[in-house]
Amino acid sequence: MGQITLKQVRKSFGDVHVIPGVDLDILDGEFVVFVGPSGCGKSTLLRLIAGLEDTTSGIIAIDGKDATSLPPAKRGLAMVFQSYALYPHMTVRKNIAFPLKMAGMSEADQARKVDAAAKVLNLSSYLDRRPGQLSGGQRQRVAIGRAIVREPAAFLFDEPLSNLDASLRVTMRQEITELHQTLKTTMIYVTHDQVEAMTMADKIVVLNAGRVEQVGSPLQLYNHPDNLFVAGFIGSPKMNLIAGAEAAQHGATTIGVRPEHIEVGTGPWSGIVALAEHLGSDTFLKVNAGDLGTMTVRASGEVRVNYGDRIQFGPQAGKIHRFGPDGKNMA
Amino acid sequence: MSTQSTRAAARLMVAPSVILLLIWMIVPLAMTIYFSFRLYRLLSPDRTGWVGFNNYVWFFNSPDFWVAIVNTLLLVGGVLVITVVLGVLIALLIDQPIWGQGPLRILVISPFFVMPPVAASIWENLFMHPQNGLLAAVSRGFGYDPILYLESYPMASLIFIVSWEWLPFATLILLTALQSMSSEQLEAAEMDGASALSRFRYLVLPHLSRAITVVILIQTIFLLGIFGEIFTTTQGGPGNASTTLPYMIYKQALIAKDIGRAAAGGIIAVILANIVAIFLMRGIGKHLDA
Amino acid sequence: MARTVTTQRKVAYTLAAWAVGLVIFFPVFWTILTSFKTEASAVASPPEFLAADWTLENYADVWSRSDYPRFFWNSVVISIGSTLLGLAIAIPAAWSMAFAPGKRTKDLLMWMLSTKMMPAVGVLIPMYLLFQWTGLFDTRIGLILALMLMNLPIIVWMLYTYFKEIPAEILEAARMDGASLRNEIIYVLTPMAIPGIASTMLLNIILAWNEAFWTITLTTVDAAPLSAFIASFSAPQGLFYAKLSAASTMAIAPILIVGWFSQKQLVRGLTFGAVK
Repeated sequence: MGQITLKQVRKSFGDVHVIPGVDLDILDGEFVVFVGPSGCGKSTLLRLIAGLEDTTSGIIAIDGKDATSLPPAKRGLAMVFQSYALYPHMTVRKNIAFPLKMAGMSEADQARKVDAAAKVLNLSSYLDRRPGQLSGGQRQRVAIGRAIVREPAAFLFDEPLSNLDASLRVTMRQEITELHQTLKTTMIYVTHDQVEAMTMADKIVVLNAGRVEQVGSPLQLYNHPDNLFVAGFIGSPKMNLIAGAEAAQHGATTIGVRPEHIEVGTGPWSGIVALAEHLGSDTFLKVNAGDLGTMTVRASGEVRVNYGDRIQFGPQAGKIHRFGPDGKNMA
Repeated sequence: MSTQSTRAAARLMVAPSVILLLIWMIVPLAMTIYFSFRLYRLLSPDRTGWVGFNNYVWFFNSPDFWVAIVNTLLLVGGVLVITVVLGVLIALLIDQPIWGQGPLRILVISPFFVMPPVAASIWENLFMHPQNGLLAAVSRGFGYDPILYLESYPMASLIFIVSWEWLPFATLILLTALQSMSSEQLEAAEMDGASALSRFRYLVLPHLSRAITVVILIQTIFLLGIFGEIFTTTQGGPGNASTTLPYMIYKQALIAKDIGRAAAGGIIAVILANIVAIFLMRGIGKHLDA
Repeated sequence: MARTVTTQRKVAYTLAAWAVGLVIFFPVFWTILTSFKTEASAVASPPEFLAADWTLENYADVWSRSDYPRFFWNSVVISIGSTLLGLAIAIPAAWSMAFAPGKRTKDLLMWMLSTKMMPAVGVLIPMYLLFQWTGLFDTRIGLILALMLMNLPIIVWMLYTYFKEIPAEILEAARMDGASLRNEIIYVLTPMAIPGIASTMLLNIILAWNEAFWTITLTTVDAAPLSAFIASFSAPQGLFYAKLSAASTMAIAPILIVGWFSQKQLVRGLTFGAVK
């Protein structure tokens, strides 16, 4: 249950080739995150899997069966939309029961399942309200509830947290992860936020302009980015990328060092502090380093350095990533 | 977001309305064109035959025709100017902080819902009538003889009546557009030192321009076909003083029962309307949201 | 300059605005007033505002004429009939254009708008003749058809703008929840579309009731609605002033009241959604 395979899936809208060709294997029970910048095709890919869009070519298989020409209703998947897409004219109870009603389930069974889902999601006291009377977080839970009762082969999430405020986002992130641990169902999750991706995923698929840049676990992507794009995308603050003479010294076209892998105080590089952010737990520095460009440094704890100071700094041993002229990691 | 299954169904569902409107457009128009080139009078149906452009020539030679054209343009232009200018002013006034804006809107909007024959009849009988009309009583009160509005100033009277009917429409549209304007913009301008007049000229008016163009477009469509008011009051008279092109064609069709001539007149009206439409659509149609 | 508006200003604006409003409304008010006067009082000079003897007999007289109820009924049947027929044709069209638009959808919509620009006199001859030949002349069915065709572009456009406001995601959610197209329409689309359909219906009834071209040219006696009646018989020889006022008031009252509640629909419908 919940194993999804994509073979050479392509999608074009007229002359625009949104997805030039994707191959992907999603194992049963995995939490897979599609991540990438706006317009990279991650939502399109999700909608192709859901059946809301037709593929231009290629095969989508669910649990070994070819589902490419099946309509969404017959694929056994459930989707949580970015705007939750709740039925505004139905109560919460009817919203959650709707898929069961469409499947022809008896009223008694429907009620049982709705109550069970409501309990899991803390919605029991809201069952008779309308979506318009709920807060954003509650609406999102209703959307998840509607998906859960279908007991789908996989859950599809389309940027579900973007409409929530920051603190709610953190809470819901954890709730979704816990849900995954409880249900153990495959989950495909789309987001542009790489922090969500890193914290929630078993496997991350980094997309750029419809192409898969890299697939791997969060730490794999963090420690061994395949190319410049992934290197610059994963990790916050962004990895420092240096081209030119300094890179040539290391035998590469571009080298990269993450801000958290830089030592302050000693090292071969020198620069002037343009910005210093003291958070107490960390110190973030923006350093103008001449030929090396502007670099971001993240130091642990409190570092007494201020605007205008000249500092020496350098990379920790073994933490330099080397990239060739084609942008690929040379390791 | 459409997939194969929805697209096929979609085409089927648009079909009836498109087919109907196509037939509605093509068949009658083709018939009109056909008849316009023939001699065909309902009162002597056996005398019939091809007469080429004779019917058209009749129109262009007839002094009534040119009077009708002028009257049509006067009516449309006059009502447009009155309703738009007054509409803007009244909308601005209603948009001010006042008490009872709701009921006031209801008062202002009312003439639009009065059907044209009744509107015309009210003005003709209760107000403009030289003996029993209210306006006559007012004149007499001031010691003047009552003015024979519909007799002496038929076009002006008609323009007045139609303006009364359509002013609410313009006002309502413009008021809606006004109220959709963000107050932050105006507040920023005020902080920048702009006077009320400047704010109107540089901020409000441009914002309203879209609504104004929509009002002009829509009203023109309807005003070109004004009929009921003329039929009820002047029947195009005295003489041809208040005959517009539509009314002239109506007279040829249903009174003179000259089908050929009326058809030619209809085609002329269609061509005229298309010319106006082209100008309007080019300058204004792009504001419509589709 | 103080931000809060002084009461003085508010009073001034209120007086000015209400003065304008009352002037505009006055003819309607005067008509209603006159409908309750006796004929003598109606033509009294100088005109009486507060007549000594109010009466309802004008209404009774007009209504007891053998034909007035028939004209009224004709108006009702024709307005509602043409609206329902128009909706039946327009709803599927607007649905498909809003939810499954093709490359030509926008062109199609603009074309429909342009058909409204054709002057009715351009097709007067064929309509008149066709109606005579097919026996539709002076029938309610005929008028229902004619008015439906006149207003179809407006109905389609209005429904289209309302349908477009229904988030496509909700329909997609229904699809993912296992709803067939039929179920999608019954359980999700229609309930969400009902307010829009009702608004369109309202506006169209108003437009059909007030229509004063085809209702006059394509009828004589049988199918004539109120518009034709008032147009033909408003000369003072036909009805005296108080009775004319009563007849007029009854003719406009339903739509006046309906109209008061339909301002928003009016704006959206007649501007083809350009102003909302």
